[in-house]
Amino acid sequence: MTVLGQLALWLALLIGAWGTFVGFYGGLRQRPELIESSRRATYALCGVLLVASLALIVALVKHDFNVAYVASYTSRNLPTVYILSAFYGGQAGSMLFWAVVLAIFGALAQLLTSRKYDYLLPYVAGVTSAVALFFVATTLFAANPFERLPFTPADGNGLNPQLQNPGMVIHPPMLYLGYISITIPFAFAVAALVSKRLDVGWLHAMRKWTIVSWLFLSIGITLGMWWAYVELGWGGYWAWDPVENASFLPWLTMTAFLHSVMIQEKRGMLKKWNMVLIALSFFLSIFGTFITRSGIISSVHSFAQSPVGWWFLAFLVAIMAVTGWLIWARAPMLKSEAHLESMVSREASFLFNNLLLVGIAFSVFWGTMFPKLSELFRGTQVTVGPPFFNQVNIPIGLGLLALTGIGPLIAWRKASLGNLRRQFAAPVTAGLVAGVLLVALGVRHFYATLTVALAVFVTTTILQEFIRGVGARHRLHGEGYLEAFARLVGRNRRRYGGYVVHLAIVTYFVAFAGSAFNANLEASLKPGESVNLASPWGYDYTFTHIGVSQYDEMNRLVSAATVEVARDGERVGIMKSEKRQHFTCAQPISPCPRNLRQQSFEPSTEAGIRSDLREDIYIVYAGSVEGTEETYYKFTLNPLVWWLWFGGFVLVVGGVITLWPGTTVRTTRRGDTQGGYAAQLVGENKGA
Amino acid sequence: MQAKYKFVFGAVMVGGTVGFLMTSGIKETGVYFLTPSELAAKVQADSSFHDVGVKMGARVVHGSIERDVATQTVTFDVTDGTQTYPVVYVGLAPDTFTDDVDVVVEGRLDQGGTFRATTLLAKCGSRYETVPTA
Repeated sequence: MTVLGQLALWLALLIGAWGTFVGFYGGLRQRPELIESSRRATYALCGVLLVASLALIVALVKHDFNVAYVASYTSRNLPTVYILSAFYGGQAGSMLFWAVVLAIFGALAQLLTSRKYDYLLPYVAGVTSAVALFFVATTLFAANPFERLPFTPADGNGLNPQLQNPGMVIHPPMLYLGYISITIPFAFAVAALVSKRLDVGWLHAMRKWTIVSWLFLSIGITLGMWWAYVELGWGGYWAWDPVENASFLPWLTMTAFLHSVMIQEKRGMLKKWNMVLIALSFFLSIFGTFITRSGIISSVHSFAQSPVGWWFLAFLVAIMAVTGWLIWARAPMLKSEAHLESMVSREASFLFNNLLLVGIAFSVFWGTMFPKLSELFRGTQVTVGPPFFNQVNIPIGLGLLALTGIGPLIAWRKASLGNLRRQFAAPVTAGLVAGVLLVALGVRHFYATLTVALAVFVTTTILQEFIRGVGARHRLHGEGYLEAFARLVGRNRRRYGGYVVHLAIVTYFVAFAGSAFNANLEASLKPGESVNLASPWGYDYTFTHIGVSQYDEMNRLVSAATVEVARDGERVGIMKSEKRQHFTCAQPISPCPRNLRQQSFEPSTEAGIRSDLREDIYIVYAGSVEGTEETYYKFTLNPLVWWLWFGGFVLVVGGVITLWPGTTVRTTRRGDTQGGYAAQLVGENKGA
Repeated sequence: MQAKYKFVFGAVMVGGTVGFLMTSGIKETGVYFLTPSELAAKVQADSSFHDVGVKMGARVVHGSIERDVATQTVTFDVTDGTQTYPVVYVGLAPDTFTDDVDVVVEGRLDQGGTFRATTLLAKCGSRYETVPTA
C-alpha cells in the first residue's frame, strides 16, 4: 500500500504544478480549455490525495510496523479510534492531512461557487493548487509518512498517552480545518487582485468560507482548551503557550475581517485594509504551523524539531513577498468610496473593533516572539509569561466586549441622540445595576466585576434586538410570537446568527472572569484523613482520602486514588483521579501477560472533575509515598468553567444559523441610517 | 473630514495604550531565559544577580531525581554539559518530568549555588513522539 501512497503523492506533485500553471496562465490569457483544465486539476488533486491518505490509513489499521510512521505512533493494543487519530498525530501525517483537506476545500470552492463568479475561479484554482503543491512537496521531501524501516519491529511505540483522549481526536483536525480553510478566502482575494475585478463580487463569492474557517478555528481553540483542562492536570485551560497563541492569532485577524468586511459591503470603505487582513490571516495560519513544527520558540507543546520548519519559513517569505507586491500594485484600484462621517457611528465602532483586535494580535505576536527578538537585539533571551498577556489583553478585551454591545445597534454614518437613547438606555441601565449589585454582594475584583457588568450590557442589547424584532413582526404581519421569532431569524440569518455568536463570546468572557476566583489546596493525606477548602461561592468543601487501587484497563495499568467529597457537610459523591502507566506488548497477545509488558512513556495523570453551573471540583492525584496509601493531592475549585464549554456550544449554534443555506441575505439600502433590524422593518413599512 | 482626524486621534490613543501596556508588561514580567553556563557567567560578573528571578533551560542529569512525596519536594541536578546546578522544587512535577528530559525551571539561584525553583516545566525533546526503540 505504501507504494500506492508514494505514487499518489508524486502524481499530486505533478497535478499541483500543472493546476498552478494553467490556473494563472489560462486565466490571464482567457483560454477556456486551460481554465477548464485548472478546474479539473483541483478535482484530480483531491482524488489522488484521497488515495494517498487511504494508503496511510490502511497501513495504520493493518499494523504495518515496517512503515516508520506506523511504528512511531501506534501499537497493537492502541484503541482503533486513536489509530485513526495517529494519521494527523505525527509530523509527516499531519502534512499529508493538510494537503488532502486543502485539496478537498479547493475542489469544493470550484464546485460550490456560483457561476456568476466564474471570472475568479481559475486564479482560485491556481492559488489552492500552489499551496497544496507546497504541502505535497514538503510531505515528499521533508516528512514522508510512507518511509520504510530496514527491519520490522514486533510492536510500535504507541501514541503518547496525553493524546489518548477524545478531545485530542477532534481538536487537531478542527484546528487544521480552520487553518486550512483560510486558504480559500485568501485565494479569492488573490483572484480579485490578479483579475482586477475588485468590486464586492469576490467578497460575496467567499463570504461563507470566511465564516466556515472562523467557526472551525473557534471550535478547534475551544476543544484545545478543553483538552488542556481535562488532560494536562494543572487545573487551567489556557497558558499563553506559543502553540496556543499561534492558533489564537489567525482567529483574531479573521474576527477583525468578518467585521470590517461589512463596512466594505455597505459603504465601500476599508478595501485595502480588508485585503491586508485576509492576507495576514493566511500568513498567520502558515506561521502557526511554522511555530509548532519548527520548535523555534521553546514551548511545552513543542513537536519534533525538523527541517520542515525551514520549508515553512521559505514558503512564508515567498507568499508574503508576492501578496505584498500584488496589493501594492493594485492599491490605486482599492480607493475608498466614502469616508468616515462621525465618531458616533457604526463605521467608527467597527474601526475601533478592528483596531483592538489587531492590537491584541500584535501584542500576542510580540509576546510570543519576544524571546527570539530579545536574543537578536540584546544577546540574551528574555521571556514574558501569562502575566504579560493578561496585563495587556484584559483591558483591551474588555474594550472589545463593550464594542460587541455598541457596534450592532449604533446607526450607520452618524447616530442621532434619539438613536442612542432608544438603543442603549435599557442596556446601560442593566449593566450598571449588575455592576452595583456585584459590589454590594461583596465582589471586590475590579476586572471581574467590570466583565460581568459589560456582559449584562451586551446581553441586554441582544435580547432587546430579538424582542423588538419579534414584536415588530407580530404587529406588522400579525404572526404569532413563535412564528415571528422563527421568521425573524430565518430571514436574517447573518444578523441573528451573529447575535447568537456574540452571546457565546459574552459567555466566554464570563467564564474567564470566573477564573479570577480559583481556590486551590495541596495536601498529603493518609486514608481516612480529610482537608477543607472554602469555595468562592461560600461553600465549605471537605475532601476525604479513601484509598488507592490498581487495575488493568485496555493498554494501561491504572492507579486510582479515590476521594469522598462533601459540601457543607453533605455528601456530594466519590471522585477519583488516576495515574496511568501505558505499556506495549512484546508479543501480539491480548490481554498482555504481565511478564511481556514494556512500559511506554511516563505515567500520565487523569484529573477527577465534577462540573456544575457554579464551579468545577478538580482533583489531581500527584503520587503516593512508596509502598503506602499516603497520597499527595491537589484540590482546585474552578468557578464558571462549565460556561466556557456551553459558550462553545452556543457559538456553533450561531455559526450554523449564519451558514444555513437558503434565501439570500437582504442588504440594507445605503441611505438607511438607523441601526437595528426592528427600526429597519418599521421604516420599510412606513415607506410602503 | 473632522471625523477622520478624530478617528486618527482615537487610533493613536488606542495604539499608545496598547504600546504602553506592552512595554510596562515586559518590564514587569520579563524574565531572563538562560542556560546554566550563562547564569554562572552572570552571577560571576555581578553577585547581586542571585536576587534576580530567572528562567533556566537545561537537561535533567540521569539518576539525580529524588522525590519526597510527603512534602512534595523534588531535588535534581540540571546541566547544559559544562555547568551543573542542583535544583530544589516544591510542588507538583508534570507527568513528562523524568531523567534526561529538557526542563525549564523558574526561580532564584541562592548564595549556596542551589537553584530554588518555583515553577517546573518539562518537555520531551519531542513531546508527542517517543524515542525510537530501534
